[in-house]
Amino acid sequence: MSKKFWETLPQGSVVLEAGSSAKFKTGTWRSMRPKWIEENCIQCMFCWMYCPDMSVKVNAEGKREGFDYDYCKGCGICALECPGKKGNKAIVMEEEGK
Amino acid sequence: MGKIVAVTGNEACAYALKQINPDVCAAYPITPATDLMQRFSGYVSNGQVDTELVLVESEHSAMSACIGAAAAGGRVATATSSQGLALMWEMLYIAAGTRLPIVMPLVNRALSAPLNIHGDHSDGMGARDTGWIQIYSENAQEAYDNLVQSFRIAEHLEIRVPAMVCMDGFIVSHSIERVEYIDDADVKNFVGKFQAVHPLLDLEHPKSYGPLILTDLYHEYKRAQHEVMTKVPGVVLEVAAEFEKMTGRKYGLFEEYRLEDAEIAIVVMSSAAGTTKDIIDQYREKGVKVGLLKPRMFRPFPFTQIAEALKHVNAIAVLDRADSFGGYGPLFSEIAGAVMSMDHKPAMINKIFGLGGRDYLPEQAEQVINELIKISETGKVGAIKEYIGVRE
Repeated sequence: MSKKFWETLPQGSVVLEAGSSAKFKTGTWRSMRPKWIEENCIQCMFCWMYCPDMSVKVNAEGKREGFDYDYCKGCGICALECPGKKGNKAIVMEEEGK
Repeated sequence: MGKIVAVTGNEACAYALKQINPDVCAAYPITPATDLMQRFSGYVSNGQVDTELVLVESEHSAMSACIGAAAAGGRVATATSSQGLALMWEMLYIAAGTRLPIVMPLVNRALSAPLNIHGDHSDGMGARDTGWIQIYSENAQEAYDNLVQSFRIAEHLEIRVPAMVCMDGFIVSHSIERVEYIDDADVKNFVGKFQAVHPLLDLEHPKSYGPLILTDLYHEYKRAQHEVMTKVPGVVLEVAAEFEKMTGRKYGLFEEYRLEDAEIAIVVMSSAAGTTKDIIDQYREKGVKVGLLKPRMFRPFPFTQIAEALKHVNAIAVLDRADSFGGYGPLFSEIAGAVMSMDHKPAMINKIFGLGGRDYLPEQAEQVINELIKISETGKVGAIKEYIGVRE
C-alpha cells in the first residue's frame, strides 16, 4: 500500500538536507533596497561583517562587490554601519520599486 | 533476583535513573520532586553514574537543555512537579513535536493559587495535550517499574515520543514502602543501548532541528503525531510483557480489580486505587458486585480497551484528583468518551476528590459505592459532578 503524504514527512520535522535554507529566497520580504555607491567605498568590509544574512558579495580578491538581492531582506544595518568616505555613505537605502 | 528494600517513591525513581545511567539530566528543584533529583545528583557526585548533570536556572531551561541534549543524540531524563511542569509548558510541546524520547518522572502536585505543595493531578492533567505519553503509578514499586519501562517505550524506534511517569506527591514520593529492585545488569540489559535518530552530533550528516512549518505542512505534521500515538499502546504492552518475563510483575494499559463480574465500578488512578481496592474487598464480602478500573496509561488514552472492560457494568463512578472548573473532571471526560461507543451505556457519576493532598479516606470510597448501589437499583442519577471529602 502506498504511503499517504503525511506519512512520508521526516520525523519531528527535522530537516535532513544541509544548506537547504539557500532554497528559501528571503529577498522577497524586502521593502527597502540597499544601493552600493562604489566611489564612496573604502573596502572596510563592515557591511559584510554586519550583514545578518550573507547578502554582501565578496569576490576572489576579497573585495566587496554588489548585493545578493535573492536573500537581502533590506534591514538596513549595512547602510547604518557604513563609514563611507569623507562624509559620503557607500551604502544608501532606497524604497523598493522606485 | 533483585533486592528488596524499604524506600520512598522518589528514592526508588532516583535509583532507577542510577541503574539506567542517562547521558544527560538537566533539572531544577521543586517540591516534592526535589528529593528525586537531589538523590540522583549524589550518584553523579559520587561517580556512580557518568551522566552530565546540568543545573539550570528554571524548569523552562531544564526542559530546553533536555531538548538540546536529546536532539544532539543522548539518552535524557529530568524530573519535576506542579509549577515546574507548568513553567515547562511550551517546551513540552516542542519535545513531543520534535519527537525526542525524553523521560520525566512527574511527582504530581497541586497548582497555585492558593499555593499548595501536596499531591493531586492538576499538573499532569494540564499537560495531557502536549503529546507526551503519560503513565500513572499507584505506589513506589509501580513508579520504579514504570520508570524502567518508560525508557523502552519512549525510545522505541516506531514511536520516539517523550514520556512522563507520574506518582502522587508525598503520598508516594515521600512514603517508605517495600520495593523490589531489579539487578543492575538486568535493568541495563532491559533498557538496552540508546539508539539515536538523526543526532545533531553526527557531523557527517548535517541537519536542522526546529524549522518553521506554516500552513502548507503543519496540519500534516500534527496528523502524523496523532498516528504515532496510536502505536503507543502496542509498544506499552510489548514492553510490559518483556518486563513481566524479567520480574514476574504484570502491567497493562490499565488494571482491572474484581471487575470481571462487577455490576458497578469505580475508575480512579494512582494511590487512591489502593484504598479503593480495600473497600471493594469489604463490599465483595457482603455480596456487592463492585470492581475497579485503574488507568495506567492516560496518554494515549485506551478508549476501546476500556470500553470493552466496562461493557457489562451498570453504573460507574469516576474519581478525579484534578478538576476542570466549569467542566467535568478530566478522567471522567475520557471515560465518558470511551463509554460513548458502547451499545449499553452505564450510568456515570463524577467525584472530585483529594485536591491539594486532601486525604482520600475509606469512608469516601464507601460513600461512592453506596451511591452506585442506589443508582444501579433505581436507575436514577442525582448530580453528575460532585466534590467528596469537602468540609461543609
